Amino acid sequence: MLQYAALIPFFPLAGFIILGLLNKKLPKNIAAVIACGMLLISFGLALGVFMNISGKTEEVQLAPWINVGSFSASFTFLLDPLSSIFLMIITGVGFLIHVYSIGYMHDDEKHNIFFAYLNLFIFFMLVLVLASSYLLMFVGWEGVGLCSYLLIGFWFKTKAYNDAAKKAFIMNRIGDLGFLLGIILLFITFGSSDYHTVFTKANGLMSGDTMITTITLLLFVGAMGKSAQIPLYTWLPDAMAGPTPVSALIHAATMVTAGIYMVARSGILYALSPVSMLVVAVVGIVTAVFAATIALTQNDIKKVLAYSTVSQLGYMFLGLGVGAFSASVFHVMTHAFFKALLFLGAGSVIHGLSGEQDIRHMGGLRKKMPITHITFLLATLAIAGIPPFSGFFSKDEILGHAFSAGMVFWVLGVIGSMMTSFYMFRLLFLAFYGTYRGDEHKVHAHESPKVMTIPLIILAILSTIGGFVGVPESLGGSANFDKFLEPVFHDAYAKMLLMEHSQILSEVALMGITVAAAAISIFFAWNMYVKKKTVPVSEGTRLPFLQNMSYHKYYVDEIYSALITKPLDKISGFLGNVVDNKFIDGIVNASGKLTNWVSGLMRFVQTGNVDFYLLAMVVGIALIIFFKLM
Amino acid sequence: MPIIALLIFTFGTAVIGLFIPIRYGNRFAFLSSLIVFAYSLYLFITFPITAEYQYVLDCAWIPSLGIHFKVGIDGISILLVMLTTFLTPLIIFSIRKNEPRPRAFYSLLLFMEMALIGVFVSMDGFLFYIFWEIALIPIYFICLLWGGKDRVRITLKFFIYTMTGSLFMLVGLIYLYLHTPVQHSFDMQALYAAGRSLSAHAQCILFWFFFLAFGIKMPIFPLHTWQPDTYTDAPTQGTMMLSGIMLKMGIYGVIRWMIPMLPLGLAQNANYVLWLSVAGVVYAGIIAFTQRDMKRLIAYSSISHVGLIAAGIFAFNQQGLQGGIIQMLSHGVNVVGLFFIVDIIQSRTGTRDIGSLGGIRLKAPFLATVFAIIMLGAVALPLTDGFPGEFLLISGVFKFQNIAGAVAGLTIIIGAVYMLRTYQRSMLNEPSLETDKFTDLTWVEKSVLIPIVIMVILIGIYPNLFLKVSEPAILKLLSGV
Repeated sequence: MLQYAALIPFFPLAGFIILGLLNKKLPKNIAAVIACGMLLISFGLALGVFMNISGKTEEVQLAPWINVGSFSASFTFLLDPLSSIFLMIITGVGFLIHVYSIGYMHDDEKHNIFFAYLNLFIFFMLVLVLASSYLLMFVGWEGVGLCSYLLIGFWFKTKAYNDAAKKAFIMNRIGDLGFLLGIILLFITFGSSDYHTVFTKANGLMSGDTMITTITLLLFVGAMGKSAQIPLYTWLPDAMAGPTPVSALIHAATMVTAGIYMVARSGILYALSPVSMLVVAVVGIVTAVFAATIALTQNDIKKVLAYSTVSQLGYMFLGLGVGAFSASVFHVMTHAFFKALLFLGAGSVIHGLSGEQDIRHMGGLRKKMPITHITFLLATLAIAGIPPFSGFFSKDEILGHAFSAGMVFWVLGVIGSMMTSFYMFRLLFLAFYGTYRGDEHKVHAHESPKVMTIPLIILAILSTIGGFVGVPESLGGSANFDKFLEPVFHDAYAKMLLMEHSQILSEVALMGITVAAAAISIFFAWNMYVKKKTVPVSEGTRLPFLQNMSYHKYYVDEIYSALITKPLDKISGFLGNVVDNKFIDGIVNASGKLTNWVSGLMRFVQTGNVDFYLLAMVVGIALIIFFKLM
Repeated sequence: MPIIALLIFTFGTAVIGLFIPIRYGNRFAFLSSLIVFAYSLYLFITFPITAEYQYVLDCAWIPSLGIHFKVGIDGISILLVMLTTFLTPLIIFSIRKNEPRPRAFYSLLLFMEMALIGVFVSMDGFLFYIFWEIALIPIYFICLLWGGKDRVRITLKFFIYTMTGSLFMLVGLIYLYLHTPVQHSFDMQALYAAGRSLSAHAQCILFWFFFLAFGIKMPIFPLHTWQPDTYTDAPTQGTMMLSGIMLKMGIYGVIRWMIPMLPLGLAQNANYVLWLSVAGVVYAGIIAFTQRDMKRLIAYSSISHVGLIAAGIFAFNQQGLQGGIIQMLSHGVNVVGLFFIVDIIQSRTGTRDIGSLGGIRLKAPFLATVFAIIMLGAVALPLTDGFPGEFLLISGVFKFQNIAGAVAGLTIIIGAVYMLRTYQRSMLNEPSLETDKFTDLTWVEKSVLIPIVIMVILIGIYPNLFLKVSEPAILKLLSGV
């Protein structure tokens, strides 16, 4: 059975090839059926794997790829509980988003190519999580980056979208260089980049090995790019230029969690390096809080969600950094449910309002879009961490571990979590409650068609009950999720020796505090946006300093542009026009001129006068004899 | 015999091509280059995986001077012969119908193919030098007769530049020749032995003589200033020949002649030449950022890519050398595709300035897709042809010296910057006045570009097809036998 799992990525690849080659020759509905059908088959196979994988690890060899001495990699897939969870998320949530896209992209003239790209993305994402070596993971890793590029700039007539796409690709490439150098070091250190070899050899090393620290930090640079962590996060908010299903699939549910997957997969390596763990945790928590402060004041519905994603990814890295590997993966899963749902809900709103994305021009959509509203509400409760919704369990598990790793992580985590509740309910209240603030005559808000709302409903169910697979023992559950992943992280946990589960009472108390904090934030948001009916001020109004900084995203884009982009262009011009044309080529031309000049001088000697030649000869011989005698 | 057949056939067709009626000239040249390709493909498929030279032919040429006509093919040269014979038909086929003096053009290209094959199969130092110089003659005339406005000045500069380098090589070769046992000989093995018997000091000096010749040809920073002008001003087919195949002569020369002859010279100077090459990767890549003329931009990108290949080879380990070999193929394929696309754009719009282009994808989706795939190869996306090479090269340089590897690795960022910028400003955004009436590819253009796209993907997915062929020869080279 598990052998067939190797086929999982190839159905979407076939979909891509068919749709890509035939493109406009296929009617839209057939193209959509092919794209969704391919994914459904993959989902079925993934489900089969998931059912049979518990406690097992299986490798499926397909073909050799690159073999140069010890630097070799093959197309070999690895199936284990960790990859099976990602398979389920990618094919399951991916399928729902494909179905949703049938409605969302129905009138787009590039409908078929959109589905082709989506299928290609799923292919690369599956390769990423199925790879059995770092080098093959890199194939998926860069492949999803390509699809992200293609889909962010999907509407390529608009320059701003193309700029966003280019920015995403280049920023990811900065991270990828770190990843690639990390892989090269793995090859040099372990003679291979296959997980099996690397992890087995690493298991014999002592904690604190410098080489392991270097490797893990380089790999983490890659993760920072792909998973949008400080300082490589600015591409993700811009990536919202792509069609909304793309934001849901790539920039929320799947691709951006690749960094989490990579660090979790390398758990044993990170466990060996306390320094890297600390770096991961610090970058995670700082990003989580920093991005949340930006989300507080944004007015574009997708921008709020984008910064929220950056922030939630920060939480996941916090979890990894404090050694809560399975909790982080758990949060990847619940986040995939509720964040995909939030984006698709936002898409439904945008679709219903003919393209409006500014929450200041929404309001009162609750009545006009009842299904979107209910599902959005459930997702908001889930992300805010209200029990018993899914986000509660996963986020609390991370915060619980953060508490044992260091009080400060937990405090910052709770503060971030308060902000999360606030900005999410601010968004919910402004969009769906109160009265409609847009132009009633121009826009006729309406609920979306069934093909869009059914995926919303399924995701809402998952967001609501999805957390029950990982109810902690302190709440009378059996932590099934952790147990399922235990074999994968076993060695890593053994290296860390900090996973004590003794303080059951305080664990419950901690949960109480975080839930109370979230509830207080919700109350503030309700008081401000429902009771007092506050609406964010319009563009151009002067804001108080902190609010202004948040609203302008701390001017990070402007700083990057002034410090990196513009100077590089200047340097480029200088090197090209001055150094290359004037200096280096100047030397070359000067040597040519010198030759000319010398030959000009020599010409005077070539007089054709025999007397002169004779004289020169005699003088020459005299000189030679003279010097010889000396 | 097979090698002689290749050389004589290409030379013969080059001569006959001059007398064929004009309207058949195109078909004749294309077909004969296709036959050459088919034959070398046969040689490639039947090529045994060993380090030994195959099809060796050795006959005395000028016996009194120990000069032999000695040719043979090993795992390294077969790949370069393949590259030459694969690209030449595409380059010939890409010539537009309205080109003046077509027969001369075709014949010069065929003649050049002969000389290039000769360079890659020579096993005698003198013969190598002869082919090396002969290859310059056709490209000189191609640039001079079919080039752009400033062709006379630029071609002269190119000619003097590379002749200067060649003369240093000649001096080096003669010096080594005189150090061979009495009854001197230009035989490759004899020159190897002569070089290795020299003191480290002498090897160092000779190393720089050869470095000038090969470094100018590639070109390596800072010997590159002839290149952007020449690439820009030469006719597209000339640029393709120069960048796709001819610059590989320089790299090949380093692998085949310089390193085996002067191992101590390399050992002493590897650090300098490797850093020069790495500097070129970054330097030329950054200059490419702000180039507006697409041809010039790709010229600079070529300096950057070749710098990485050179760095990997100077690192002199298995990853670097193997990466260098496969990257020579990928670079040849990609750069010919890119220059042809520029030619297509120029022939439609009359400009190569990316500032006045845009929106071509809307008008010509086929061209845009092909461009995208070749661009991905150029930025070394995994599963395209650029990746195996760049990965191995960066690994090789990294093994030699990790900081140099990290700096060379910047190419994956820098390359993405200038390539995506070029793609966006030509293919994406709103169409401009110039591109408003852009038409998609003709069948001729498609038949040139589709084989290139296939190679981009084939090398990316199955690099072992080529890596395995060169492996024994590389291992032999590394073992210093």
